[in-house]
Amino acid sequence: MAVIAALLVQSAQMLVVLLLAPLLTGLVRKAKARLLRRQGPPLLQPYRDLLRLIRKEAVVAENASWLFRVAPYLIFAATWVAAALVPTFATGLMFSWSADLIAIVALLGSARFFLALAGMDIGTSFGGIGSSREVMIASLAEPAMIMVVFTLALIAGSTQLSTVAGFMMSTGVGLRVSLGLALVALIMVAIAENARIPIDNPATHLELTMVHEAMVLEYSGRHLAVIEAAAFLKLLLYVSLISSVFAPWGVAHAGATLIAYSIGIAAYAAKLAAGGILLAIFEVSIAKMRVFRVPEFLGAALMLALLATLLMFMTRSL
Amino acid sequence: MTSVVLVLACVGALLATSAGAVVLARARFATPAIYAATCAACGAALLTALSHVIAAPADVMSIVLPLGLPWLGAHFRIDALSGLFLVVVNLGGAMASLYGIGYGRHENAPARVLPFFPAFLAAMNLVVLADDAFSFLLSWEFMSLVSWALVVAHHREPENTRAGYIYLIVASFGTLCLLLAFGLMAGPAGGYGFAEIRAAAPTSGLAALILVLTLLGAGSKAGLVPLHVWLPLAHPAAPSHVSALMSGVMTKVAVYGFIRIVFDLLGPPAWWWSMVLLVFGSISALIGILSALMQQDMKRLLAFSTIENIGIIFIGLGLALGFGANAMEWAAALALTAALFHVFNHALFKSLLFLGAGAILNATGLRDLDKMGGLIHRMPVTAFAFLAGAVAISALPPLNGFVSEWLTFQAVLVSPDLPQWGLKVLVPTAGAMMALSAALVAACFVKVFGVAFLGRARSTVVAAANEVDRFSLAAMLGFVALCLLAGLLPGLVIDAIAPAAELLVGARLPIQMHVPWLSIVPVADTRSSYNGLLVFAFITASASFAIVLIHRFASHALRRSAPWDCGFPDSNPATQYTGGSVVQPIRRVFGSLLFLAREHVEMPQPGDTGAARFRVEMRDLIWETGYAPIAGIVGFAADRLNRMQFLTIRRYLSLVFLALVGLLLVLVVWL
Amino acid sequence: MIHPLVYDVAHLLAGGMVLVSFMLLYQDRMHSLLNVFALHALVLAMSVAWEALIQHAPHLFITAAIALIVKAIIIPLALHRIVRRLEIHRSVETVVGIGPTMLAGMGLVALSTALMLRVTAAADALARQDLAFALSVVLLGLLMMVSRRNAVSQVVGLMSIENGLILAATGAKGMPLVVEISVAFSVLVAFIVIGIFLFRIRERFDTVDVQALDRFRGETQ
Repeated sequence: MAVIAALLVQSAQMLVVLLLAPLLTGLVRKAKARLLRRQGPPLLQPYRDLLRLIRKEAVVAENASWLFRVAPYLIFAATWVAAALVPTFATGLMFSWSADLIAIVALLGSARFFLALAGMDIGTSFGGIGSSREVMIASLAEPAMIMVVFTLALIAGSTQLSTVAGFMMSTGVGLRVSLGLALVALIMVAIAENARIPIDNPATHLELTMVHEAMVLEYSGRHLAVIEAAAFLKLLLYVSLISSVFAPWGVAHAGATLIAYSIGIAAYAAKLAAGGILLAIFEVSIAKMRVFRVPEFLGAALMLALLATLLMFMTRSL
Repeated sequence: MTSVVLVLACVGALLATSAGAVVLARARFATPAIYAATCAACGAALLTALSHVIAAPADVMSIVLPLGLPWLGAHFRIDALSGLFLVVVNLGGAMASLYGIGYGRHENAPARVLPFFPAFLAAMNLVVLADDAFSFLLSWEFMSLVSWALVVAHHREPENTRAGYIYLIVASFGTLCLLLAFGLMAGPAGGYGFAEIRAAAPTSGLAALILVLTLLGAGSKAGLVPLHVWLPLAHPAAPSHVSALMSGVMTKVAVYGFIRIVFDLLGPPAWWWSMVLLVFGSISALIGILSALMQQDMKRLLAFSTIENIGIIFIGLGLALGFGANAMEWAAALALTAALFHVFNHALFKSLLFLGAGAILNATGLRDLDKMGGLIHRMPVTAFAFLAGAVAISALPPLNGFVSEWLTFQAVLVSPDLPQWGLKVLVPTAGAMMALSAALVAACFVKVFGVAFLGRARSTVVAAANEVDRFSLAAMLGFVALCLLAGLLPGLVIDAIAPAAELLVGARLPIQMHVPWLSIVPVADTRSSYNGLLVFAFITASASFAIVLIHRFASHALRRSAPWDCGFPDSNPATQYTGGSVVQPIRRVFGSLLFLAREHVEMPQPGDTGAARFRVEMRDLIWETGYAPIAGIVGFAADRLNRMQFLTIRRYLSLVFLALVGLLLVLVVWL
Repeated sequence: MIHPLVYDVAHLLAGGMVLVSFMLLYQDRMHSLLNVFALHALVLAMSVAWEALIQHAPHLFITAAIALIVKAIIIPLALHRIVRRLEIHRSVETVVGIGPTMLAGMGLVALSTALMLRVTAAADALARQDLAFALSVVLLGLLMMVSRRNAVSQVVGLMSIENGLILAATGAKGMPLVVEISVAFSVLVAFIVIGIFLFRIRERFDTVDVQALDRFRGETQ
């Protein structure tokens, strides 16, 4: 019985992240538009976009290889698995032990690896631009992320995300300088990884400033829909990650009552909304960077995260 | 007793094959026959070693043959550590020979390769088997010489002779260092058997000196920065299956030499040894992968990436030494297991990648990335195998490269308990360098695969390339299967490594195959766990789910058309991103400091219709500051000494006489 | 028994100073540099005020007020004015790139933490870390002074050093008020002198790059 319940919670979690992801993106777009005093698209527009893309025929370049057609599904699957491993409304999910935080980072790395390859498959210069900038951004963002993971793991004594979130919920963590540094670094990484302003502009179609959009330029129809869904999931993943570690209030424990689960879901929805609106406010208040300013931004994230880890290492014995 | 005899018999068979090849090299059937014989001998040795590792890993089997020094004999021995490395050597050997059956057919001068190939494998087996200083050094030097012969097999190309020359110098230097190290370990009494050396306890100062000498000797063979200069020259110069062996296996034999001396023979470590290893390891990792990123030559790129992986292995070994010095045995076992796992992994995927590069070389005659493109259409199987290798080396789940990096990260995470301040600062820094280089590896292999296999063909030979023969494909796919297996069931490998860890650091990881669901749990399940099988199953399931869902509800229509490219598709393949342009952002970030990279743009005058030129200038600072001055001094001294060539006999005699008297005087003063 | 969170907040504010020091190193525009410097002083004021609360030392409130009014408001405003008057808002001229500077900053923080935690083994844990942070802020300020050419950013560097000193002083309980006020005033005087000096350099050499002064060192070259 317990197994079935755990399985249900795990499946519910997978469905929840999949269904909520476009809504979060819709919320960010809407909030940005309102902040700019525009009407903005309806909240449910991303769902409609996905449906419309799915119904259209896929146009594929003549020289596209099998990798081009397989990559969207791989990217989607890797991102979805990673998103499903992050505690959203409940910790102690059934399969959360199958991969820890480092593996989640690496799964996102796999998705990016195939996305960058797909960008190069057709052999157009825009695809190349996108891929080459993406790997540059990733080569700094990923180590910064790993260092954030190190800091969290040293505080909680575990790299399992469920355990970390559980530890953060307990009292006795207190405010720590390294935790603060890690939070700043994590937010910087999240902005870069999700192609948000100031690193990349998700709404741009001005060719020379694109990174993510340049890689997926050749995709259309169902392939584009799957890639977009993966991008929505990734945004949701980072918001869930930040909220589950730094704002773990209301998250239900494994095997909790139905009421606890409902509270967990309500708290999760509130956190997502808050995260989305904060992101929108941040995005409208800052300008996009030049590409060669990005390494400094991400280098700073890496330094901060490394500093946090160093502090954890050095103050461990105190 | 039996395994060591069997492996020695296989070594004998390899040497006999080598002798046969000298005689038969010109015969038409020689190539497949020699490689098949080598493959069989290595396969037999592999089975023996595997059965030893699986069935009775803790057993020590030794034998003394009446060869070598008369009062010493030649000692050979298999224990848990050498069993592991025998598996690595013979696995690589068998696969490379299988590949050679097909690949060797295209060899212009088989007589320059065939006799040395089996001998090379025999030499590496002997190094791992040796149980006294004399046979170890002899096998080591034999290995160096035979591999040198393979490096200069294509001696008509001037860069190959230069590579061979530099390799010979560095290899001699390395052997000299090891010779001195063993001399110091044996002491004045001259106990050259490993058993006697193990029993002797050198003072701490002496042990430090031996450590430094071993690091120079074995490190130069493994390719640690700054002793790596020969490696990116020599590894690509050899035929590709030999490159695979040199990068995938010979560097591992060097790592074996280091582990054998430092962990086994030298006695208890001091904590600062760990610092030395961590510094060299992390510098090698970062410099190696950044240099790899800057290369256009595919095989040289792979050789630089070997340096990076050796760096990661040495970080693991350094952590193990640090934990060992502080009596944290289980943590030392974790770090050592991570390092040995990476040894195994790197042997698999680096061999695979070199074989893939060889397949391209065979099909197109090219090593230059910027002339390739679109090979995924012409060589689909090779492309698939190479992609698997690229994913594995980039440490992406669910393949094997991720597991060993994950274990190393876990080892870093238990190190805050180390008491020494130097280690507290250095270990997280090394961890950060490792994370940085891991991310750069992914960038590097996006570049390699994207430029070589994806896009459009950049030259006519590439557009007309054909898939390689079945033997080559079989060897590559075999490696792919092993990479997948080690990635999905890492517990198998960890359990196989455990006895070696127990032998060297006195502790082992818990048995992993008993963990439910075949997860791996290196410390405790509240701390960390990873399940490659489940991650793979999840990815497959969700990808299939997406595919089924899409194909159930979505439009099936698919139309092929010209690329979109924002409305301006250009049919000229030269408009694609090249290898150099893919890494341009990374070069700007890291290269201006490390390689003094400068970009020069030469624009034509207004009105001139000539082409603009773009040139990148990069400098090798390690060569310029470390090696060029030494070469200059040696050259200068040689010029001066040249005068001595034209003396009369009487003067030569007087020189000899003066030298003799001088040496006698030194003796008088000293004694 | 005071709640442990009280100390955590103090600690976090001290850590925040280090973070803002890094932000100072990271800026490449004059006005944003000055804004971040104002933030630096603001965090210092908050930190000092918090210390005043938990140590029950009312005279520290005066220090906090001085930091807030003089360093977070008056001096940044004045510097903004200077920058506008001199038209040097374009960019901060660095001697080495921002990346290597940040890297060096990292090394300095690691160094000061390792050093402070070693030499103050007797004190309690949080005070030791606060001292380490203060030393880091001082070192980062020095780094800023040596890695920037522009005289205005050197002024900012000097002031951030002074902030670090005050942070260290408030952490160590019982610093007399007189010392603080004199330090604050001396910095103010230094600021005025440098301000006048800046205009003088500008008038004479048409630049505020301090390298222009090298020619007038009066050494035989």
